[in-house]
Amino acid sequence: MDTKELIARRVAQEILPGMLVNLGIGLPSMVANYVPAERGVFFQAENGVIGLGARPPEGMEDPNLTDAGGGFVSAVPGAASIDSAMSFGLIRGGHLDMTVLGGLEVDESGHLANWKVPGKMVPGMGGAMDLVTGAARVVVAMQHSARGKSKIVRKCSLPLTALRRVDMVVTDLAVIVPSPAGLILRERAPGVSIEAIREATEAALVVPDEVPEMGFDA
Amino acid sequence: MKGALTPRDAADMIADGASLMIAGFMGVGSPHRLIDALVARNARELTVIANDTARPGFGIGKLISAGAVRHVITSHIGLNPETQAGMIEGSITVELVPQGTLVERIRAGGMGLGGVLTPTGLGTEVEEGKRIIEVEGNHFLLETPLRADFSLLAAGQADYVGNLAYSLTAHNFNPVMALAADTVIAEAESIVPVGVIPPDAVKTPSVLVDHLLLRAC
Repeated sequence: MDTKELIARRVAQEILPGMLVNLGIGLPSMVANYVPAERGVFFQAENGVIGLGARPPEGMEDPNLTDAGGGFVSAVPGAASIDSAMSFGLIRGGHLDMTVLGGLEVDESGHLANWKVPGKMVPGMGGAMDLVTGAARVVVAMQHSARGKSKIVRKCSLPLTALRRVDMVVTDLAVIVPSPAGLILRERAPGVSIEAIREATEAALVVPDEVPEMGFDA
Repeated sequence: MKGALTPRDAADMIADGASLMIAGFMGVGSPHRLIDALVARNARELTVIANDTARPGFGIGKLISAGAVRHVITSHIGLNPETQAGMIEGSITVELVPQGTLVERIRAGGMGLGGVLTPTGLGTEVEEGKRIIEVEGNHFLLETPLRADFSLLAAGQADYVGNLAYSLTAHNFNPVMALAADTVIAEAESIVPVGVIPPDAVKTPSVLVDHLLLRAC
């Protein structure tokens, strides 16, 4: 299994029956592939649909049914189309059970930076600030390092997305849970040692006595 | 409704330097014929309030490519490198607003509110220069209302009095922008006789729509 699949499959385990979940563009959107339909989960795309479904077969797309990246999607039975005020009312108002986003940095306070690299990349925050502020649970899905540099840092050097402490970070090496006591190392990727994770992490980690490997039985 | 327009009539009504709300999300639910007409009449110095600037050569991206836009108030320009390049070289000024805040500022402008209080943006760059207001122990940013000279909308269906209904993810900013401009111009994929759109399906009542574009052919 490649590292993106590993991250997506581990995040998918966090998604419980009946949840309303928003998946970000890119790696987070892969999570849907590992959530079985019988779990009864509704995915929201913030551009205006609850009950996002898979991309339709070629020739069967509707130009008025897309995800937040502009890609063609379908709608599952029970879906609802909504306008942007309702969409962000759901997000900010605490009606969204979970959001899964990518990240550029997460720090020891659990702060996320994921919308701007000053002077290099200024795409805009889109819905990210509302999602991190308002979702009941915020899960960051990202590679542990970029170009050999840890993305789990002591203090974010990039502009923050929100003051809110994120709830979980899933990387190709580890599951980390930010807490008032710091970043707790909860799980290791299969075959990865605690030492290897520490080596790859700029931030200090709180390491419990038991740090099990991620499990992928299902 | 005051009357139907050709796209060219509509573009002629919109003077250079005007402020426009343009509906759509990455071009879905955007008024493409109105945008084409603005490009054709070589519009200049526009202020555009919109969720995003789509991508080069598509939707609002056509106005950016044509050099028609001076200022943008938007949540996302990441998929349009031309907007980013214009921002860096100084030909376009860009105010980035969180998406949920953008829609609420427009809603406030359209619904007679003096602003909105939101927790989004607290402790970030978005907070700079804004008032923080405490309500029952919680802190919020005061975000001010947005209005424009024109709102340019796209509907799935319109009837001849100007009621609008939208399709799937083409709703997005259309219903809220319909309230927030001095003049509202809508184009529709189809225009049907009055009575064909069930009242329960009308999302924008005709009283908000000043002009409908004549059907495409």
